[in-house]
Amino acid sequence: MTRLEKVGSWLLGVIWVLPLAYAIWTAFHPGEYSTRFELFAPLTLENFHKAWQAAPFAQYFFNTVVLVTVILAGQLVLCTLAAYAFARKQFFGSDVLFVLVLVQLMIMPDVLIVENYQTMNFLGLVDTTGAMALPYMASAFGIFLLRQTFKTIPKDLEEAAKLEGANTLQILLYVFVPLARPIYVAYGLVSISHHWNNFLWPLIVTNSVSTRPLTVGLSVFASTDQGIDWSIITAATLMTSAPLLVAFLIFQRQFVQSFMQAGIR
Amino acid sequence: MHKFRPHIEGWLLLLPAAVLLGTFTHFPAIRSFINSLYTTPRRNRPAKFIGWENYQILLEDDIFLQSLWNNILFALWTIPLSIILALLMALAVNSNLRGRGLLRLIFFSPTILPMIAVANIWLFFYTPGYGLLDQIRSLFGGSAFNWLGSKETVLECLMVVTIWKEAGFFMIFYLAALQQMPEDLREAALIEGANRWQIFWKIMFPLLMPTTLFVLINAIINAFRMVDHVVVMTRGGPDNASSLLLFYIYEVAFKFWDTGYAATLTVVLLLILTVVAIGQFFFMDRKVHYQ
Repeated sequence: MTRLEKVGSWLLGVIWVLPLAYAIWTAFHPGEYSTRFELFAPLTLENFHKAWQAAPFAQYFFNTVVLVTVILAGQLVLCTLAAYAFARKQFFGSDVLFVLVLVQLMIMPDVLIVENYQTMNFLGLVDTTGAMALPYMASAFGIFLLRQTFKTIPKDLEEAAKLEGANTLQILLYVFVPLARPIYVAYGLVSISHHWNNFLWPLIVTNSVSTRPLTVGLSVFASTDQGIDWSIITAATLMTSAPLLVAFLIFQRQFVQSFMQAGIR
Repeated sequence: MHKFRPHIEGWLLLLPAAVLLGTFTHFPAIRSFINSLYTTPRRNRPAKFIGWENYQILLEDDIFLQSLWNNILFALWTIPLSIILALLMALAVNSNLRGRGLLRLIFFSPTILPMIAVANIWLFFYTPGYGLLDQIRSLFGGSAFNWLGSKETVLECLMVVTIWKEAGFFMIFYLAALQQMPEDLREAALIEGANRWQIFWKIMFPLLMPTTLFVLINAIINAFRMVDHVVVMTRGGPDNASSLLLFYIYEVAFKFWDTGYAATLTVVLLLILTVVAIGQFFFMDRKVHYQ
């Protein structure tokens, strides 16, 4: 690397870190220092305390954790079953059905908000966790990813299990799932971070504190009469992203690897 | 009976996923088209068949045309810029630079943040007068400027936010590709007397092509799918200067409750995504191998 390239790389790094660094500075300092940069300005957690008091963030955290868990659990079960069918079973229409599944890679539920809202209304599910979770459970991405993985598992293992008298579900549970573990971890991380951050659909389909996830709660908090107390708003913003950021810092390698694995397949 | 067993088993395994996929992807896509041919049902007026009338309205709807144009501009700027930056980042992080771990962390961190958090952070960054942007400008004698309140700058501001969030995400795909690149190719080229510029364009860039196409498709979908920042930062304003297609659909459906027209707009968005899908099918099939 030439000197110019080194300087360029770090310059890009500095530019990239500025917005987040500015937010962190503001959140951890008293309001009067939010736009004044003094090295020894007093640090404080007051902003976080105030933000926590000002809105039901504990409830929002709980809602998001439930939402993310429900979606991931549903995805793991549904995608495993479907992926196994596509990887190992020859059945009528399997090719056409697989193409129909792949359609969802392009046309995601994210853009079908109008009709999906009407469906939820019809089912009487508006303002429930189910309404937020159901459209995402049968994930084409998950089915595709697991199918690719299952295809690489040697047929001999399956045959051996069959000779031992295992049925389909047992084979799936004791042969396929353990062997695909790294892919499950990768998919899980991608799914969790995706749905922790999802905003538009939950915004549309929820309207009460008891179901609203963090992202929607944060937007409600930031837009209603907080005035423009940026110290508190940035504190709330960082607080809602903190679990993912901290998890990312600890499991950095795993995160990056997971996103790579999940993307490349 | 024995003959049908594998078929039945296959179908049963697929059934739960198929039901949900059908209900929330295929059915609503078809329903969008059907509903676009009808008026919006109101309390004392059921939906009436009107044929292509909604589509005629579409062509004369300035807000729609503006949103579509904004979205195209948005895609044309954010996609190439984030891909180029992603590649530069990957090259930087993949080199022997000291502190490359920290750099990778910096580039990747926006990916982990929710778009809505990112939007809040940038809202603050752009605040007229005392946001960091104006503060830096004031060092050079610039005066306060309402970045998000001006038609001339608002869309560009949103583009910057998107690029900031996406480039680091795309970086890891390039990083993965670079790490798998055989070192002997480079060495052979060096021995042949190729300079670094030639090595990049003649050897690395073609080898990175499948990655570029993969990232490109993702970027296009995201350009038409991600409107969280519009909702939080500008609500499409001022004067629809930052309205994107999906945001307009959201407004028509859930602010004006005109679901028939919103369905028409959805069909347009679906058509765009279908074209991308077909393009991918023809373009990518030979280049990327999904065993």
